[in-house]
Amino acid sequence: MRDPAPWLILFPLIWASLAFLRGQGRGGRLAVAGLTIQLVLAALLAEQIASDGARSYTVGGWGAPLGIDLYADGLAGVLLLLTQIVALPLVVYARAYFAIHPDGISYFWPLTGYLLAAMNALFLSADIFNIYVTLELLGLTAVGLVAAGGGAGPVGAALRYLLVTLLGSGAFLLGVALVYGTYGSMSLQVLTPLINADAPAAVFIAAGLMLVGLLLKTALFPFHFWLPPAHGGAPAPVSALLSALVVKASFYLILRLWLHAFAPLVTTVAAQLLGFLGMAAILWGSVMAIRQTRLKMLIAYSTVAQVGYLFLLFPLITDTNPAAAASALQGGVMQLVAHALAKAAMFAAAGTIILSIGRDDITRLGGVSTRLPLTLFTFALAGLTLAGLPPSGGFIAKWLLITGASGSDQWGWVVVMISGGLLSAAYVCRVLRQAFLSIEAGTKFSPVSRVLEWSAFLLASMSLLLGLRSTEVLGLLESE
Amino acid sequence: MTSALIYALTGAALFLIGVAGLILQPHLLRKIIGFNIMASGIFLVLVGLGQREGSVDPVSQAMVLTGIVVSVAATALALALARRLLDLTGKMRLPGSGEGMPGKKPDA
Repeated sequence: MRDPAPWLILFPLIWASLAFLRGQGRGGRLAVAGLTIQLVLAALLAEQIASDGARSYTVGGWGAPLGIDLYADGLAGVLLLLTQIVALPLVVYARAYFAIHPDGISYFWPLTGYLLAAMNALFLSADIFNIYVTLELLGLTAVGLVAAGGGAGPVGAALRYLLVTLLGSGAFLLGVALVYGTYGSMSLQVLTPLINADAPAAVFIAAGLMLVGLLLKTALFPFHFWLPPAHGGAPAPVSALLSALVVKASFYLILRLWLHAFAPLVTTVAAQLLGFLGMAAILWGSVMAIRQTRLKMLIAYSTVAQVGYLFLLFPLITDTNPAAAASALQGGVMQLVAHALAKAAMFAAAGTIILSIGRDDITRLGGVSTRLPLTLFTFALAGLTLAGLPPSGGFIAKWLLITGASGSDQWGWVVVMISGGLLSAAYVCRVLRQAFLSIEAGTKFSPVSRVLEWSAFLLASMSLLLGLRSTEVLGLLESE
Repeated sequence: MTSALIYALTGAALFLIGVAGLILQPHLLRKIIGFNIMASGIFLVLVGLGQREGSVDPVSQAMVLTGIVVSVAATALALALARRLLDLTGKMRLPGSGEGMPGKKPDA
């Protein structure tokens, strides 16, 4: 296959549809096989991008403006590879998880396939209207996965998530309409040279609307209210997929529009504002995480905090010297990759613990250290990445971000990053401390399969080893 | 004032009314209707700004058609979830999650 790009979208669509036809709860094996092939395709595409630079593909030979173009540069390559790498162990985990605890499996497999198809299509989209369609598909499938948990809590969380995601993509689409009305095109390639700092007011409004819509979907403080119930209430494999990957998709779009098409519209004030919101997210998310009593809610609030780090990138890359900006951008992308791996591992480990002891209560974790040592080790390794301790990927990310901040003389952000790291260590240690207590009377550990423990461990060790292999990731990111 | 501008401004007004309904109305059915008004406003902006000197732009019409399909699917999903929530809780409003959601106070 000379062009893996369209197959990365078609493959999940095919196996998801087959899984749907086979009925409720079926299709786990299809998913594992499909994702294995997708991983190979993504690696192939990444290799092509690394050697020949950015690639574009015209679907069905029909080019823009009427047809659909796919476009993959280094950033898209990193995210495509990351998505398949995170999803494959999670799918293996999900098979073992639902074998023990079938609640919420109903249409898990087809929805996961459609979710991955939407996400891959989003990373490859070359025009803003296709981005809107893929965003909407991603939102609808994610809502379906959250609602599959059943019960009033998950259904309420799913409905709130749906309304927020519809509001977000509505704002985005109004922005698309204004851009199209002004320039008569939606292709990013056509728009990039047209948009400049003297653009009419409608374009500035459009950029603002699109940014707010995407911030809602990325759950940046103060738009984070929908995330903890949706991510904390879903079955563990769903929480892992959503927290690790789905919030990253809308962040990817912000980064892409900010760096390329809308770069001339960017102001220092807007960048500083995003940085401050990121800072608020880190502090508020961490404090709320420390105060939670349920393990999965703690991890969900930790996602709110870690998303904040991603936004510290913007003040560091806007109107600063090129060396500092390059370092900050690399740091931001490393943070994205490291968090995706670590958060997937953490939710998977939490799911295993909850399956084994049958409840989701941080104060009742006594005995986990002796009964589920590998799972607890997984949780701790993921915590290491979140707190940014060496040699994890999270350490490299924070190191690069701090280098960017010191290189552009914005020392305030360094303080934020370091205190954020300490706060994450605090909530991770809170869980570890409880887990090392002795078993309480009345706590029973039911046996869990090794697949659950090892697939989560694989994700956590990748987040750690990322620190040693960061040059490859950054090399791929650089290829334009 | 050109007709394109009138359409666009009407669309923007509808968008704002829809967003206000979506955020402020506690009743789920009203929220879903609010979303539909918001979507209609966006489509009006798309079609209104899409015309060039009175002639019709097929691309913006195609986009609006796609948009309508998406919003119908989203409405169906929202209605199905709302009905499920009504069956489970007996209320047509979102359960409170404890912290800051404008217009959505926890049910006492």
